[in-house]
Amino acid sequence: MSAGHHHQLYRPGDTVVHRLPPQCKLLAAAGFAVAVVATPRESFWAFAAYAVMLAAVAAAGRVPPGFVLRRMVIEVPFVLFAVAIPIIGLGERVEVLGVSLSVEGLWAGWNILAKATLGVVASILLAATTEPRMMLLGAQRLRLPQLLVQIAMFMLRYMDVIMDEMRRMRVARESRGFVARDVRQIPVLAKSAGALFIRSYERGERVHLAMLSRGYTGEMPIIRDMSASLRQWGAAGLLPGLAAATAVLSWSLT
Amino acid sequence: MHVPDGFFNAPVSVAAGAFAAAGVAVCLKRARNELNDRTAPMAGLVAAFIFAVQMLNFPVAAGTSGHLLGGALAAILVGPYTAVLCVAVVLLVQGFFFADGGLTALGINITLMAVVTSVVGWAVFRLITRAAPRSRGAVVAGSFVAAAVSVPVSALAFTLLFWIGGTAPIDVAAVAAAMGGVHVLIGLGEGLITALTVSSVLAVRPDLVYGAAGLRRNLVLRTADGEVPVEEPAPAPKGGLRPILVGGGLIAVLLAGVVSFYASGSPDGLERVAADKGFNAGEQESGVANWPLADYAVKGVENERLSLGVAGVAGVGLTVVAGGAVFYAVRRRNRVKADA
Repeated sequence: MSAGHHHQLYRPGDTVVHRLPPQCKLLAAAGFAVAVVATPRESFWAFAAYAVMLAAVAAAGRVPPGFVLRRMVIEVPFVLFAVAIPIIGLGERVEVLGVSLSVEGLWAGWNILAKATLGVVASILLAATTEPRMMLLGAQRLRLPQLLVQIAMFMLRYMDVIMDEMRRMRVARESRGFVARDVRQIPVLAKSAGALFIRSYERGERVHLAMLSRGYTGEMPIIRDMSASLRQWGAAGLLPGLAAATAVLSWSLT
Repeated sequence: MHVPDGFFNAPVSVAAGAFAAAGVAVCLKRARNELNDRTAPMAGLVAAFIFAVQMLNFPVAAGTSGHLLGGALAAILVGPYTAVLCVAVVLLVQGFFFADGGLTALGINITLMAVVTSVVGWAVFRLITRAAPRSRGAVVAGSFVAAAVSVPVSALAFTLLFWIGGTAPIDVAAVAAAMGGVHVLIGLGEGLITALTVSSVLAVRPDLVYGAAGLRRNLVLRTADGEVPVEEPAPAPKGGLRPILVGGGLIAVLLAGVVSFYASGSPDGLERVAADKGFNAGEQESGVANWPLADYAVKGVENERLSLGVAGVAGVGLTVVAGGAVFYAVRRRNRVKADA
């Protein structure tokens, strides 16, 4: 693999977090998300503890905060929604800075905001420290159906190709003076989508034939040893373990 | 609109996860029948296409724009089962790689955006194309209605889940009205772009549109004498049932008696899946475990190979007798019905 060919979501590195087997990291991230969701919303200290844990993981994986923050933009639509809940929520109202807000709505908005943010950051860290292909191999080791893993692999591999084709079409459209202003422009976009589908499908046929000629039987050989040692499981289990302990503690305290 | 973590409570998330897993499992099986070993590359490329097309923003009204969900479009272009798989994979990749949609809400996202849109879209599409005469117009119109209906239905499903286990204290009627209203508009946009996309694919490669499979026309040769329709080659003539029965029986006995010994000792596909999924935890030792033929060997026959072979042949015989009895019974009943 030549350098500089990695995915933009992945930050190559050689840290403890990078070296952990992908199946361990996948389970750790999922376990962490479950623990966060299961935490009662009143325990502010628990959410602070979760944030510290994620910060520790980011530091161990040398993922700069700026990178995480930039990728968190994806969350913005739901932040707006969470902000709107107290205003349109039901129940008892309180006055904050002259605005009447629903108490229950404030709690719910906080709940969604905190849990969604922690979940998003956990996924970002997972993607930043795990090569996409390895992540899928890890998922396969966790017994995700092979067909699903293969579909996802082909998708990841050709996603950039398809996106580039779409970008070229956009450049071609715009260099001819096209601006999508209202509904009348939809036919042009739909024709682009149709052409994109035909190109993708035909590329799929070519890829399939090329793979058949190289001996593809419907299964991908795994040539890398993917086993994880007990120590690695232990290291990966640290994050969900601590998170679960925090969740249990917060339940027993409330 | 991907649901993040913490939006729904745990029971609803878990239930939706189980529902999504079951739906994807069914589609895995059916899609393999649709595409066999082409499934992975084709579905992978179609998934990449859907991912790309979801980024295609289209103007809905002045100032606002929506983006395609793509479930109905995929169902019409590549078939409902493959479509569910493709959209589910897109959502998985978005969740794990792009942090779009919470990991615990993955089941909800797959249920709403892959299963509901594809299945509803396909059902509506089939209804319309069955009822209307076979034509390109019907396919395009069906695509429009299917996509336009699938989006608000998905929004309503969201509202239903929200009513059961949403964490925000908002009046359900308000949610339904807001979600429904906005998504009727988005649905119209989605319908328009889906119909036009299907129509443009139909114009270039009509053979690629799964939903228009019935539209294929026979080849017409234009010669000096005018147009000569080419007859489809007739399917291979069917022989009598007897050779199949005899040949099949021989092969079954051969397989069971001889080849079974060399067969793999690993569990078969279903058992493997069961073990993997853990749904055989409650499996009990078969009630016939101490029958003479249990575990495929005959008690009292010492030679292992011979014993296995005898068990195999006896098993085939038993199966044939049992199957034949069931078949005979069913056929007699049908006859009785026909007489009555």
